[in-house]
Amino acid sequence: MDSKGTQLTIAEDTRPGSTLPFTQPVLQAKRLVKTYGKVVGLDGVDLELFQGEVLAVIGDNGAGKSTLIKCLTGAEVPDTGELWLNGRRVQFRRPQDAKHFGIETVYQGLAVSPALDIASNLYLGREIRRRGFAGTVLRMMDTKLMRANAKRELDRLGISTLQDVTVAIENLSGGQRQAVAVARAAAFGSKVVILDEPTAALGVRESGQVLDLIRRLRDEGIPVILVSHNMPQVFEVADRIHIQRLGKRAAVITPTSHSMTDAVAIMTGASSG
Amino acid sequence: MSPKSPQSSPATGASPASGTVDLATEFLDRSTPLGRVRNLLHRYPALSPGIVLIVSLIVFGIVSPRFFFANNLSLITQQVAVVGTLAIAQTLVILTAGIDLSVGAIMVLSSLVIAQTASQNHVPAVLALVLGLLVGLAAGALNGVLVTRLKLPPFIVTLGTLNVFLALSLLYSNSASVIGQDIPALITNTGNTFSVGGIGITYGVVIMLVLYIVMAFIMTQTPWGRHVYAVGDDKESARLAGISVNRVLLSVYVAAGAILAIGAWIQIGRADAASPNAGTDLNLDSITAVVIGGTSLFGGRGTIWGSLLGALIVGVFRNGLALAGLDVLYQTLAVGVLIIVAVSLDQWIRKARN
Ligand SMILES: Nc1ncnc2c1ncn2[C@@H]1O[C@H](COP(=O)(O)OP(=O)(O)OP(=O)(O)O)[C@@H](O)[C@H]1O
Ligand SMILES: [Mg+2]
Repeated sequence: MDSKGTQLTIAEDTRPGSTLPFTQPVLQAKRLVKTYGKVVGLDGVDLELFQGEVLAVIGDNGAGKSTLIKCLTGAEVPDTGELWLNGRRVQFRRPQDAKHFGIETVYQGLAVSPALDIASNLYLGREIRRRGFAGTVLRMMDTKLMRANAKRELDRLGISTLQDVTVAIENLSGGQRQAVAVARAAAFGSKVVILDEPTAALGVRESGQVLDLIRRLRDEGIPVILVSHNMPQVFEVADRIHIQRLGKRAAVITPTSHSMTDAVAIMTGASSG
Repeated sequence: MSPKSPQSSPATGASPASGTVDLATEFLDRSTPLGRVRNLLHRYPALSPGIVLIVSLIVFGIVSPRFFFANNLSLITQQVAVVGTLAIAQTLVILTAGIDLSVGAIMVLSSLVIAQTASQNHVPAVLALVLGLLVGLAAGALNGVLVTRLKLPPFIVTLGTLNVFLALSLLYSNSASVIGQDIPALITNTGNTFSVGGIGITYGVVIMLVLYIVMAFIMTQTPWGRHVYAVGDDKESARLAGISVNRVLLSVYVAAGAILAIGAWIQIGRADAASPNAGTDLNLDSITAVVIGGTSLFGGRGTIWGSLLGALIVGVFRNGLALAGLDVLYQTLAVGVLIIVAVSLDQWIRKARN
């Protein structure tokens, strides 16, 4: 692919630092197809995520947004199509494959373990073991350290109501659970953070905190994919907007090039962008 | 705390409330004393069986003076040793939201292999025990493979393997028992007693207690233990968190098989024999102990120690009612009532949380 060419067909280059020449995407999907029996979840979807940007993914219910996220992160294996990470072809067969590369995800519907406490959930699947004999031979976890770290991560997110990280998730409100899931992704995502409707259960203040967090991640150099139905939020935080429609990418727009009405028109098929 | 009205929904229209939430009032639900009790039981699943055990000890002690005699207490511990060991294996499986109907059958098969290889084939005692362990591991692995690869419900898988293992036991043993005299002392020694403050404790009981300590440590202190809880709690969440669900499930059934083989060793000492007919009651008794011990059949909630309490409660009830001169059928009745009470309690505790 021509590194200086303008292969983006739809939107002009409005990425932050757009004076830079085109760089290769951090994460790129090519012609992803995913079917569930007769249902076509993804019908040849392309996606590019560049360094230093927030890419929003919008679309009607059932447009294939969550399926796309799952195929990007190993939660589902696409039938065909390719994934590229920093110019290297990758294949994610399981969620841990994507995590291994520093891609962290908040899935729609959350994916937290209700009976486990907050700290255990943050560190689920990547528990820290103690140093020395207790950790290597007895395989003992360093619960104290994990709790201290978990508390720090929640503080960083500004979740003041979650003081006690030993509380089981099932004792939290929907919004608090969401905050834990977001904190987990933010804490461990070192390359890419992907959020599938992270503010769906959140109040105004908490939503604002999550948007702040998204911006902070971007400024720290971690690109973010944000799936949301909330247009004002999307237009507030996104650098580019991927519009998903009927299992396909209908268009990629930017908040400056298009209005919310335009975006809705493309989403619903009233306009082709 | 924000006094804002809950109607002030943001643009998504999905949020039930805005502003901060006071965690203390929300999750502890301290409004009623009953709610407080429920939360306490929810947080400490071994609490209710602990209370039941203490109360039943007091009641039976009052009803029957002989209850606290040293030889009676010794008898209770011996009766609990095998079921208590099987209950550990059963707890692991139930924590993953499964159930293992084949625990008794695996134990019997393993005990016959130990006894027969040591007596008829003159295999050294230690090697015979190792062979028994291998049989337990293989049987557990078979269950695990069927559950994870064929994706069959554990209830169906173990109902099938229960019959397979029992048939294998009868075939292998020609339906005959091996008596203790023919078995090397190392193997039957688990039934020997030593005295602790006048109470005779068998080595089998000690082995069971060591198993409890080891497994309780593993379940609470190691990543593997935590993953077992996570898989039982919500498989899909565990998978998305990066846990290899099938690997965890398989390892649980294999670990259960190993524990059952150790149970076989204890059983040979306790019965001073290895019999193909030994395991019939043990399946249900092990499930009973786990359920009474506060572990939820829905998975993800419960403790290893609770199952010891559950096994002790069953043992104490059976023994105490017998001492009080009641017929065996009342023991069975009492155990049945205990199960229903325990499961109802679990439902009630869970209802607070959805
Ligand atoms: N596990 C599944 N089995 C069968 N069909 C599925 C499955 N997951 C998704 N689908 C189908 O794939 C299509 C896309 O679903 P997807 O969840 O990706 O939509 P979405 O854009 O995330 O919608 P929403 O905004 O409601 O979250 C839908 O038609 C859906 O019914
Ligand atoms: Mg979705």
